[in-house]
Amino acid sequence: MEKVRIIEVKESIFADNDREAERIRSQLKQEKTFLLNLMSSPGSGKTTMLMRTIEELKYEFRTGVMEADIDSSVDAEKVAGAGVKTIQIHTGGMCHLDAGMTEQGLKELGTEDLDLVILENVGNLVCPAEFDTGAVRNAMILSVPEGHDKPLKYPLIFTVCDVLIINKIDVLPYFDFDLEKVREYAHMRNPDLKIFPVSAKTGEGMDAWINWLRQQVNDWIRTD
Amino acid sequence: MEERKAKKMHELGIVFHIIKTIERIGEENRLNTVTEVTLELGEVSGVIPGELNDCWNWAVKKTGLMNEAKLLIEKIPALTFCESCKETYGTIRHGRICPYCGSEMTYLVQGNEINLKEIKAC
Repeated sequence: MEKVRIIEVKESIFADNDREAERIRSQLKQEKTFLLNLMSSPGSGKTTMLMRTIEELKYEFRTGVMEADIDSSVDAEKVAGAGVKTIQIHTGGMCHLDAGMTEQGLKELGTEDLDLVILENVGNLVCPAEFDTGAVRNAMILSVPEGHDKPLKYPLIFTVCDVLIINKIDVLPYFDFDLEKVREYAHMRNPDLKIFPVSAKTGEGMDAWINWLRQQVNDWIRTD
Repeated sequence: MEERKAKKMHELGIVFHIIKTIERIGEENRLNTVTEVTLELGEVSGVIPGELNDCWNWAVKKTGLMNEAKLLIEKIPALTFCESCKETYGTIRHGRICPYCGSEMTYLVQGNEINLKEIKAC
C-alpha cells in the first residue's frame, strides 16, 4: 500500500486565479490593450451605459466588447449594432467570469488590433467581485432604484472597484436615494473609489465618466 | 427556488476552482489519489457548506485524481474590528455596527476566507 502524505497548502482558492489574472494584465500591457471589467446588478442600465460609452469613444480607440451572459445573446446583438467588434461569452450557467474564461474570450475577440476592450460581466454583485478577470480597471454601476445601502450589503464589490457609476440620476426625485450616503458608505470601504453620478439615458454626467476612462486608456496604451 | 438554484451555481464555480488547484498541486507532487481535502471556510465567505458538499460530491466524480475524495470543512468565525473604540466583536451576531459604541467605522478582520488548508493523498 502506498504511503499517505499530507500536503499543506494554506492558500486561498482564488490564488491560482489571481496569478492567471496578473499574467493576462502583463500580456495586455505588452499588446497595449486596455481591459475594463464592468459589473452591476441586472437592470442597472449596464447595456445602455455601455452603448453610450462606445458611441463616445469608438472613433478614438479601436474598441471591442465581450458580453458575458449566463445563457442568452440579446445584449451582444444590441451592442454589435453599435458597430464595434463584439463577442458573447457564455459562462455555461456560472454566476461569474474568472481569469481563464476571460482569456479565452480575449483570444476569440482578437486583441492585437484593439486599444480598448470592455467586458460586460454577469449581472450580479457577489460572485464577479471575487474573481479577478485580469482587467486593468474595474467599474461598477449602481442605479438609483436599487437604493443607497448597496455598499453596506455588498461591501466586497465596492472594495475591488476603481470606479463607481451611479446611473439613472434622472429619476432621483422619485426615489428615496441619498447620493451623499452612497459616497459616505462607499468611501468607508474604499477611500480611493472614483464616483460618477450619471444618466445614461439623458447623457447627464456622462462627460466626466468618459473623460476618466479616456485618461485611463491613454495612460495604459501610451506608456511602457 | 430560483435563488437556491443560483446559489448552488456559486458553490459549483468555487468547487471547480478548488479542483483546478488540487490538480495543479497533484501534478507538482506526483500524486496518484487524493483521499481527503480540508478547506477553511469563513462564516461570511458567502459559501454554504452543505451546498458546497453537494457540488463537491458531484464534481469530483468526473476527475481521476480525487473521485473518492472527502471534503472536510473547518469553519472560521467572522470577527469585526471597530476603529472607533478598538473592540473586536462577532460579525454574525452584531453586523457592521459596533455593539460597544454604535460606530459604523468597522471592518472585517477574518471570516471571508475560502482557503485550501491541506490535502491527504498517496
